[in-house]
Amino acid sequence: MTTQEALFKYTLRLGDTNLILGQRLSEWTGHGPFLEEDLALTNIALDIIGTANSLLEYAASVENKERTADDLAFHRNDRQYYNLQITELPNGDYARTIVRQALIDCFDLYFYQELAKSKDETLSGIANKSIREVTYHLRHTSSWIERFGDGTEDSHNKAQTALNELWQYTGELFEMNEVDEVLIKEGVAVDLNIVKQKWEKHISELFQKSTLVIPENVFMQTGSRKCIHTEHLAFILAEMQALPRMYPDAKW
Amino acid sequence: METINFENVFEGKLAKNEMVEPKDWMPENYRKHLIRQISQHAHSEIVGMLPEGNWITRAPSLRSKIVLLAKVQDEGGHGLYLYTAAETLGISRDELLDNLHTGKAKYSSIFNYPTLTWADIGAVGWLVDGAAIMNQVMLQRASYGPYARAMVRICKEESFHQRQGFEVMTRLAFGTTEQKEMAQDALNRWWYPTMMMFGPPDAESPNSENAMKWRIKRETNDQLRQKFVNQTVPQVEYLGLTVPDAQLKWNEEKKGYDFSEPNWAEFKQIISGNGPCNKERLAARNKAHHDGEWVRAAAMAHAKKKNEVYEAA
Repeated sequence: MTTQEALFKYTLRLGDTNLILGQRLSEWTGHGPFLEEDLALTNIALDIIGTANSLLEYAASVENKERTADDLAFHRNDRQYYNLQITELPNGDYARTIVRQALIDCFDLYFYQELAKSKDETLSGIANKSIREVTYHLRHTSSWIERFGDGTEDSHNKAQTALNELWQYTGELFEMNEVDEVLIKEGVAVDLNIVKQKWEKHISELFQKSTLVIPENVFMQTGSRKCIHTEHLAFILAEMQALPRMYPDAKW
Repeated sequence: METINFENVFEGKLAKNEMVEPKDWMPENYRKHLIRQISQHAHSEIVGMLPEGNWITRAPSLRSKIVLLAKVQDEGGHGLYLYTAAETLGISRDELLDNLHTGKAKYSSIFNYPTLTWADIGAVGWLVDGAAIMNQVMLQRASYGPYARAMVRICKEESFHQRQGFEVMTRLAFGTTEQKEMAQDALNRWWYPTMMMFGPPDAESPNSENAMKWRIKRETNDQLRQKFVNQTVPQVEYLGLTVPDAQLKWNEEKKGYDFSEPNWAEFKQIISGNGPCNKERLAARNKAHHDGEWVRAAAMAHAKKKNEVYEAA
């Protein structure tokens, strides 16, 4: 694998993960549990889709085959998408959305802190911008984890159920393959083992403080590094890509 | 000792174009009228998030997705300023929302029409926000301070939305044949409903007289409607589209267009709850509120516990 190929796949992985997560979060817009929270979650979705846009633009320029960010977003199928499976899962109730978001926000914080040191200036630039955003996202979602854990019996149970169901998708966050190997050698990619240590410590403290229990001995789901997904992604893409696919010659 | 006649003070403020503030004395009818108008406006903003939100997950480019998401978020923000402004009149948010959820309070009927294609997102921004601005510009000088100040910010953002809507329409109107058809179809469906946004003809408008007297409104429904048509027709021509009104004609004498009135019988039906989406919009708001109940309860319970710990310390 050439460095260019690896960089393209790496950037797609990050871009796709942000895009699909943002797409899911944006389903909440107008339907949030109360107005202030509706605005806050939409804000998070906006930041994340903004990051996706920057990453896919960069992926398109790395690939250098006259494809645009929109081509990458709207004209690839599910077997060509690299997003983490956890991002494509249905939102479920608000506890599930928030638990997923906290798990990812925490990952993103430590991931972008490492990526900011990348020798690739575009990636380190995107990382630096994202650190500021993700710090705020994590503060927001962590405060909800605490409220859910400590709030009512109902909210506690809902958050615990979400954590139990989502935990099996967290293994993927730290998987590395040839893409990572090639780019770590070049000082471009992040060693996810470093992120994993920090993430585990932070997440276990957060959930402990919130009186929620991380499930043990969970068999981890896998596949997204090979573009293998849950049944949900194809539906997301069918909806998201409908117009560009229906009118391939149109500019919007 | 000199006695103060509160009513004279109030009338004096109106006469001098001064703002009435929350702690000032105000006639009960003025307060009621404002609560009705401001909360209707707030409800319109958050119900308006639904037809536009309908296309967020299907926006056809990354940029248009971001722009639409930001726009719908702005509408929610407007709802928030307006609920807050209404609360200064001595009514709670819960009460206001209750009135919306039970169908007691109204919201702008325009949001009871469906957004069927991507061009509808352009048409809503361009026409609906355009009409809203025309209604709202005068409210920046409304007599009630918190309302007027909220409107300053809202108007700025709405003009931005209108330009974004027009941009969507421009891309469609100058795009492929199919895109142009999509744009014309959206214009056909949104033209008359937009005209209705200014309210019934002056002769039949029940609330206008007081609103003008109290400086909560400064131009009549018919004046605003005429202004809107005059402003919009050249934009339609620029886009190479056709206004769906065979009677539309420039009238040199009044320096404005003659145009057909919208179907007021349809308007009355929609206001009475029989529009294409009335039930869905209300059901969606009710569902969100209902599904969010445990979230709000958790937040309250947690805050209470924190407070107890704080007080015990």
